[in-house]
Amino acid sequence: MLVSAAVALIFFWVPEDADQGFSQKIFYFHVPIALTAYACFGWGAWKGLVHLWKRTPEADLESYVAIHLGVIFGVLTLITGSIWAKASWGVWWTWSSRQLVLFLVLFLFYSAYFMLRFSVEPGPPRANISAVYALFGVVLIPVSFLAIRLADDFIHPTVFRPSGPNMAGSMFFVFCLSWAALLVLAATLYGIELTSKRLDASVRELREALE
Amino acid sequence: MRRYAQDVVALTRKDLLLELRARDTLPAMLLFVAAALVVFHFALPGDSSELAAKGLLWVALVFTALLGLVRAFAAEREQGLLDGLVLAPCDRSAIWLAKALAMLAFLVLAEVVALPLYSLFYSGVGWETIAGVALADVGICAVGTLLAAMAAASRARELMLPLLFLPLAVPIVIGGVGASVGPSGGRYLGLLAVYDAIFAIISWASFEYVVTE
Repeated sequence: MLVSAAVALIFFWVPEDADQGFSQKIFYFHVPIALTAYACFGWGAWKGLVHLWKRTPEADLESYVAIHLGVIFGVLTLITGSIWAKASWGVWWTWSSRQLVLFLVLFLFYSAYFMLRFSVEPGPPRANISAVYALFGVVLIPVSFLAIRLADDFIHPTVFRPSGPNMAGSMFFVFCLSWAALLVLAATLYGIELTSKRLDASVRELREALE
Repeated sequence: MRRYAQDVVALTRKDLLLELRARDTLPAMLLFVAAALVVFHFALPGDSSELAAKGLLWVALVFTALLGLVRAFAAEREQGLLDGLVLAPCDRSAIWLAKALAMLAFLVLAEVVALPLYSLFYSGVGWETIAGVALADVGICAVGTLLAAMAAASRARELMLPLLFLPLAVPIVIGGVGASVGPSGGRYLGLLAVYDAIFAIISWASFEYVVTE
């Protein structure tokens, strides 16, 4: 419901951007999706840390599900970013948009996470390795960000400055609403996938017990 | 502390001795980097700039390191030695440190050949490039050794390491190329130093979890 409210407000209420017009509306999807993806990666790494610390098998599964969702949101960020780039800069991809480059690097990194995870036999070693790799990811985000920022002069608009958001009040309100909607969506998906994965595991255990 | 240093020295010595006797890794790395530099000459168009060659030098160095890292735990795996090492009465992070030091030695030796070869084929290398290479080596070996241990635990093994390593090597390449070609090389060297410090610490701290249950 929050998602539909956000969508309605984005299309019908918020004033159009003076410079970019209608295409600027994708901002309300693109940026919140990107921030949600970061939140998922962070949550996955946190659960990995909890696993290494307390040795709880649930934390491993939670970490995996969070990163899985993070990758889905990451791909959506790349797609929306690419559409926006086409609309406002006229190209599908530009290397000088450092956020997009960072997401590409992260996408490759977390794809390798899945390759690694499915290439190791299930068990405590796999949980440990996945958790350590997830922790590397969350350290890689700021380091790559710093590196890419150093490397490029940019055309990516900087909306958030230390002095506060650089947009009108109504825009900022809708932006926050949209972000909250996506976070709720991510949390719901996280809950659903976790439940189904747990059901899966308990069904497998039952089947093994029956055999 | 002394005990730890002794363990590291003993384990590093073991790796270097093994390489000295078997000569598995280092000759392959040397030959690879020389071949790569020759191939790059043909990959670059005739009138391309010196800057493009500098970028390719970094590609060559990263892939040469990868070639060595793929073999990092080969001896342990083939002989089933890793379990023995893990059971040995020493800190597990000492295994990582010793392996990373041995890898660093191989990589530095490969570069001692590669950099003069590069300056012979293409253009001279300045002190910024040498400093960048030295800093990058530390990061590559620290992260690469940990990832090699991870890859050794997977079914795909040799196939897995490049996939794991290359996304993590992006900041190294950015820093290295920036230090070699940019007007403000110092900032990029700083980036490499920060990368080394952060990733060396988390690799050192997390190695134990990778090799134990």
